[in-house]
Amino acid sequence: MKAYDLAELAVRNLRESVLRNSLTTIGISVGVASLVAMLSLGIGLQQMATRRLVKSGLFDTVLVTSRRDLRNFNRGDDQGEGLDPAQSPALDEPSRKKIEQLPNVVEASPDLRFITSFTYDDKPHLTMVAGIPPSYRTNDAFEGMQGSFFSADDAPEVILQKSFAADLRGKTAKPGSDEVPVTELAKPLLGKEMTMRYAEQVDGSSAGGSSEDKSKDPANAGTSYSIVSHELKLKIVGVTDLDPDSMRGPVRARVLLPLKLLQSLHVVQPTALRDTTQATSKVPTYATVSVRVKDPAKIQAVEDSIKKMGFNTFSMLDATRSLRRFFTILDLFLGIFGSLALAVASIGIVNTLVMAILERRREIGIMKAIGGSDGDVQKLFFVEAGVMGAFGGAVGVALGWTIGRIINAGTNVYLRRQDLSPEQIWFVPWWLVIGAIVFAIIVSLISGVYPATRASRLDPVQALRYE
Amino acid sequence: MTAGATSDSSNIAIRADNVCRHYAMGESLIRAVDGISIEVPAGEFVALLGTSGSGKSSLLNLIAGLDRPTSGAVIVEGKDLARLSRENLAQHRLHTVGMVFQSFNLIPSMTVIENVELPLRFAEVERGRRDALAREALDKVGLSKRLNHRPSELSGGEQQRTSLARALINRPKLLLADEPTGNLDSRTGTEIMNLIRQFNESLGMTIVMVTHEKALAGQYAERLISLADGKLVDDQPNVATVSTTSSTGGRA
Repeated sequence: MKAYDLAELAVRNLRESVLRNSLTTIGISVGVASLVAMLSLGIGLQQMATRRLVKSGLFDTVLVTSRRDLRNFNRGDDQGEGLDPAQSPALDEPSRKKIEQLPNVVEASPDLRFITSFTYDDKPHLTMVAGIPPSYRTNDAFEGMQGSFFSADDAPEVILQKSFAADLRGKTAKPGSDEVPVTELAKPLLGKEMTMRYAEQVDGSSAGGSSEDKSKDPANAGTSYSIVSHELKLKIVGVTDLDPDSMRGPVRARVLLPLKLLQSLHVVQPTALRDTTQATSKVPTYATVSVRVKDPAKIQAVEDSIKKMGFNTFSMLDATRSLRRFFTILDLFLGIFGSLALAVASIGIVNTLVMAILERRREIGIMKAIGGSDGDVQKLFFVEAGVMGAFGGAVGVALGWTIGRIINAGTNVYLRRQDLSPEQIWFVPWWLVIGAIVFAIIVSLISGVYPATRASRLDPVQALRYE
Repeated sequence: MTAGATSDSSNIAIRADNVCRHYAMGESLIRAVDGISIEVPAGEFVALLGTSGSGKSSLLNLIAGLDRPTSGAVIVEGKDLARLSRENLAQHRLHTVGMVFQSFNLIPSMTVIENVELPLRFAEVERGRRDALAREALDKVGLSKRLNHRPSELSGGEQQRTSLARALINRPKLLLADEPTGNLDSRTGTEIMNLIRQFNESLGMTIVMVTHEKALAGQYAERLISLADGKLVDDQPNVATVSTTSSTGGRA
């Protein structure tokens, strides 16, 4: 019989005992739904974790340092490739631009940080300052921040870490005591001004303070530079809820300024002194450049090409690798648990089809008497099982999708009660939709093997005698 | 075996050669067909007569290829059915023989036209052609108006017409009828029998009809074969019909 005829007859036969076949199909649906719900939860959790990691900037960031930076000299074994530190390229502005133009690189921003003193309410406070690029607006370090992110790339504004805000207000939490909520800390500070003292590096040979270099070639005539003390008034726009001791890479400072603003100040860097003893061009040089990569999976490639340029790199690639392994195992287990219901449903298919053979004994006999072969009868039962699987699979995916949505909504209600931002913990990719339906059909077909074979072996003489 | 019928005709539709069909029923052995040898020339209308349990239906099933003999050979249209594979037996049932039954054996969930075209589905005939052939067959049995009714909505006569149309649809050479009028009143029974005779005469189909009604057989069949306890007890031409049909000159 042709495939189309088989399908048509199968659907017709299924409709003949609508209730029983519907119940069986619902059984398959529930099995598929549980599989889809479990797997979509696993996938959703994995995506959430990946998303959070990407947002944290830990896993899509490569830290680049110059090999001239002797801090990494002992690591030269695996990274130096015989290059003498003195001959390796300087991590300066042209190199930064070159890195930024590498494929898969989103941005390469210099890591500017120094210790300086702030005056707030006439009291001095000494702390670490860091410049952050505008792209950090989406970093999860600023989730739960009070106030707002910088209004412009070079606005004279400042974001404080929670602990520094506590210091400013003289409310430093004692170990073991309850932390003061960030909302309470931030309220009186937001919009206030504080003064930053900093040391500007002014090119000694040039007349004004407009020079862009902070280091000079010692062989040059004007090798000296002077340091001029400045004060800058900064408006407090935000207080972050982040633990200052957590490993937030570039955010690892208690006071954060827009990177562009900080660059324009030409603050003396700790590397400046060392640089005066080395041959450099008259361009800014950086101790560290943070390179953000489009996709954590591309980290290795980017790292390799930066290394080829002659710099040292550091990333947390291995952490994402083990994370992926963990989620693969989690998905596997969730899939197995989800499949249990489908296994039960497949027994339902066997039962329904065996019942159908008993009921349709005569019909099978008639089909054989008028020329239906064993194969025709077998295929017909087989296709009936497959059609139930296809229907059950489709309904099951819809059901699983709904269950996932409900779980997600419920979780978000709970998260909101805990004052946490909602999360998408559930995700149904298209391959899961198709895969679940195909899986349901395959399971149904396997369940149909026994009943179909039994039906095809029926003796037509016996079957026709049967009333 | 009738000497006159076999010797002059090389065109033998059915030949049973010492055929046996034995069943084991519990401890005892049922000899449903026990050493029967017959030859039926193409185009003959044969009636198998006998009481219930005489083995006439069992013999019909063997000719139909629904069952296999325990021993002996059943050769239909040149093929020894005992040696055919299950698949080839199905092909035999599909193309060589058409069957009608006492209880019509229509599929209740299908309409008249769907029942009639079902064998064409097995024969993998195109949809459009299937429909045309089914209508043509239904037209031949005089049932062109109730195509989309289900068997349960039809009278017994109409159901048997449907079943006849289904038996004809693949243009088989043999029509095997198992008590075709058994569930019909005498008037409808006559209509059905006239149709069968018409197929025999106009299409040249070989007919083997199982019946226990001697009068009916005597009215339509050319040859009467009587069975009892699985054995052939009588085989003779029906003088009354031979004279009438030969005058119409329907066959070779």
